[in-house]
Amino acid sequence: MCVGELTAGTMELQAVLMAAGGGSRMTDLTYNTPKPMLPVGNKPVIWYPLNLLERVGFEEVIVITTKEVQKMMSTDPKIKEIRIKLDVVCIQEDGDMGTADSLRHIQQKIKTDILVLSCDLITDVALHEVVDLFRAHNATMAMLMSKTHEFTETVPGQKGKKKAAEQRDFVGVDHSGKRLLFMANEADLEDGLSIRKSIMRKHPRMHIKTGLEDAHLYCLKKAVVDFITENKSISSIRGELVPYLVRKQFSKTINNSKMKEDTEDQSQKTSDCLASHELLISSQDECLLQLAQERSCWNDHRGDMSEAYHGGKLRCYVHIMDQGLCFRVNTLAAYIEANRLAPKLFEEPAVHPSAVISEKCQMGSDSIIGEKCQISDKTSIKRTMIGNYTSIKEKVKVANSIIMHHVTIEEGCNIQGSVICSNAVIGRGADLKYCLVGNGQSIDAESERTNEVIVGSDQLMEI
Amino acid sequence: MADSEVTDQSGPKDGIERAKNEGKELTKEEKQRLRKEKKQQKKGKEKKDDKAPKESQKEKPPAAAAQPSTQPSTQPSTQAPSQKVCSAVPAPAVAAAAAETTAAKEKPTKSKAELKAERRARQEADRASKQGKKGDGAQAAPAKSKAAPSELQPVVKRLPEHIQVDNPDVLKKLAKKLERQQIPLRSDYGYKVSLFSHLHQYSRKAPLTQQLSIPSSVIHPAIVRLGLQYSQGIVAGSNARSVALLHAFKQVIRDYTTPPNEELSRDLVNKLKPYISFLNQCRPLSASMGNAIKYIKKEISNIPNQCKDKEAKNKLLNCIDCYINEKIVLAAKAIAKYAIEKISDGDVILVYGCSSLVNNILCEAFEKNRKFRVIVVDSRPRLEGREALRRLVQRGIRCTYVLISAVSYILPEVSKVFLGAHALLANGYVMSRVGTSQIALVAKAFNVPVLVCCETYKFCERVQTDSFVSNELDDPDDLIVTRKGKTQLENWQDVELLGLLNLVYDVTPPDFVDLVITDLGMIPCTSVPVVLRVKNVDM
Repeated sequence: MCVGELTAGTMELQAVLMAAGGGSRMTDLTYNTPKPMLPVGNKPVIWYPLNLLERVGFEEVIVITTKEVQKMMSTDPKIKEIRIKLDVVCIQEDGDMGTADSLRHIQQKIKTDILVLSCDLITDVALHEVVDLFRAHNATMAMLMSKTHEFTETVPGQKGKKKAAEQRDFVGVDHSGKRLLFMANEADLEDGLSIRKSIMRKHPRMHIKTGLEDAHLYCLKKAVVDFITENKSISSIRGELVPYLVRKQFSKTINNSKMKEDTEDQSQKTSDCLASHELLISSQDECLLQLAQERSCWNDHRGDMSEAYHGGKLRCYVHIMDQGLCFRVNTLAAYIEANRLAPKLFEEPAVHPSAVISEKCQMGSDSIIGEKCQISDKTSIKRTMIGNYTSIKEKVKVANSIIMHHVTIEEGCNIQGSVICSNAVIGRGADLKYCLVGNGQSIDAESERTNEVIVGSDQLMEI
Repeated sequence: MADSEVTDQSGPKDGIERAKNEGKELTKEEKQRLRKEKKQQKKGKEKKDDKAPKESQKEKPPAAAAQPSTQPSTQPSTQAPSQKVCSAVPAPAVAAAAAETTAAKEKPTKSKAELKAERRARQEADRASKQGKKGDGAQAAPAKSKAAPSELQPVVKRLPEHIQVDNPDVLKKLAKKLERQQIPLRSDYGYKVSLFSHLHQYSRKAPLTQQLSIPSSVIHPAIVRLGLQYSQGIVAGSNARSVALLHAFKQVIRDYTTPPNEELSRDLVNKLKPYISFLNQCRPLSASMGNAIKYIKKEISNIPNQCKDKEAKNKLLNCIDCYINEKIVLAAKAIAKYAIEKISDGDVILVYGCSSLVNNILCEAFEKNRKFRVIVVDSRPRLEGREALRRLVQRGIRCTYVLISAVSYILPEVSKVFLGAHALLANGYVMSRVGTSQIALVAKAFNVPVLVCCETYKFCERVQTDSFVSNELDDPDDLIVTRKGKTQLENWQDVELLGLLNLVYDVTPPDFVDLVITDLGMIPCTSVPVVLRVKNVDM
């Protein structure tokens, strides 16, 4: 008797991949190629989260993206290798739709709790750690964070030292390091960090961390999706929804009975909608769950008189990764770092079988050569990603670089620490150090460029 | 008799001839003859040594009076613990019968009754030989039980898998079973103390969900959630675990649809089996959970075939609600009512750990305005007493808190001891959290009455006299504690001769327990089998 599969109604989690983002922090790379399709280790960026979902056991993903990306995905061979069923939903490209708006858009497709991912996440996290928090504590939200990755590579086009600290996130967790108590961005805190008394009373020991990076991976209950549908004012998951949920854990309205008037609530009128939704989370057997919790001799905290979870129904949890790879490819520095590290994630032959490499070429073991490349004699390639259909002529030295598809590099060039986008042509004898050559550009022969961003003139007009 | 010993070697023929001559002593001689035959068969077939006395039972009718003396002596030996009845049993019977038939031929003057008896013996021998050819040991067992009508149907039980972890064959069988059910196998962790190496020992940091796919498709999400909560200790305590289990089953039943060409009564039970294996892997099932599962399975199989899906599901959901209401909620109320009679003003009551039932009793007694104070005894590593303390103090009861090492210090102050139970075994032993038997022992030494409170659904038919045979080993890393920044046991695995033991349960003998308060009333510990029998009759 086969154990059989569960019907659609009993599916545990649905995966939603957000791939409509524009890559606003790396416009030099993305003005021609949309961010999800940028090659990292010769695979498009979107391949990595899809691969994560496939490895873990998902069978279907809802991908929210633009038409352009959908077209590119359908022709990409690596995407075709992925066996999960992709349900692609296209939205407009003008960028008005935030992540929460997109969820509202696909609200009918969502039948159960969801796992929301960003397309630029590269990680080897054990996903069950995040999902277990979500399951075991019956949490409303569970997310993934990791210690900020320091990017050590020199980034082309950056003059001088790295910018001073970007907008930091202040994350407060409880003594176990799992329960999320407080989350705010530096930009929102004008005068200083203020913590409500109700939080301090319930969790006297709070650890506040600043060196954490949000991986933009969230497990959300279905009730939250319903809430977003009702409240059209929320447009971004990370920017608005998450801080709201974290704040609402300690709101008085939730902990009291459903009929209580929220006179003491602050600005948001949406709170009573949330209260009624969040309280309708569980199934019809709320009283049985309550009975089980009463009879159980477990408490998540000790030292005060209250029951487990302080009686709160809304709970947010975070899993903080301290080992392993986890970062998002949303800046140029991250993109370069990704290219360094991504090949180590997977064991694939570094050299594509269809590439033509002459015998007198010196190739390091940490380079990746793409499909149908032509590498001529006396070339030296070290720590470089070379995309598909690229041809490299003789006596070229390439080190620490990223070369995308359809690039032609003439003889005698010397390229170091650079990023060369698709369809570019590098003239003979050119010497490039830490440069970024935009899409379709061509570099004149015998030119020497150091630490420059070379893009087309039409691109320069965009601000 | 000297004669018989002399003629030992000469075989049956001489004995028979003598029997012919000496009429009176026929039966005695026959007795001895048969005894001799038996001995010869024993010598001849040394392999089936232990079966020889058994075959003597089959020869009951034949030599009529010959048997009575041999039977009582052999009966106790047949009750000896050979669980697998060999098919070789009937073989000596055949030989004996053959000997009988030859004897019959040589005695044409035998009476009709004796001839009939011999015929009967022959028939029985034939039947037995047919059974022997089949090689079916099970059929021989009822024959064996027929011979001992005084006993209640001895059921041949196999040892459960979870106490045979050091037997590689059993592990292989388990692995195969789990593979068939598509459930991952949880591997044991760390060095096990040799006395308990036959039990599983898992690590909390290696949950079973590591090996499951996300989202889980083979196992219902409610069951996965429940398994996680069990293994992390979020749902702990006999009653809580049973209620949570039944809640999860309700969700499973709600989401269930009968596949075509299948019947709900059979298919649903098969669907539940892998879930139960999964939960067992997360944390070994408790006796209360086992009884709840038996009840549900019985209810499911009793659903008539004509019943439609929706009706059947509603019926099952109602059954579960009734079960919880009757056996847990109402039982708690009844037990509280009885127990409150036993609490008088000015009492000092000692409780151990966190038992939901005992806490309930104390809170109700307090509401009924009894004046008493409570001493909560706690023990590492679980320190559940803290939770009990919190619940009692929240109600306003005056409490004292000590660790179990101080129990002999505090006992002179105590007037009664109330203990909760995880299960009550059929021989009257109480299985409860480790430390309970210690408290009962010390209380006995101080002549303090010990009252155990337990609902009847926790009564189980197992028999155990020590805490070694069947127990649960918790995560040994729980014993590691960090004080002042130093963790002494951090690398305990590297020390070869060191083993950490974290037992969960222990058994208390009925001599230490003065009264058991159940929803059926206040009974002595030794009346547990009576309750079980009454329950079985009901079911």
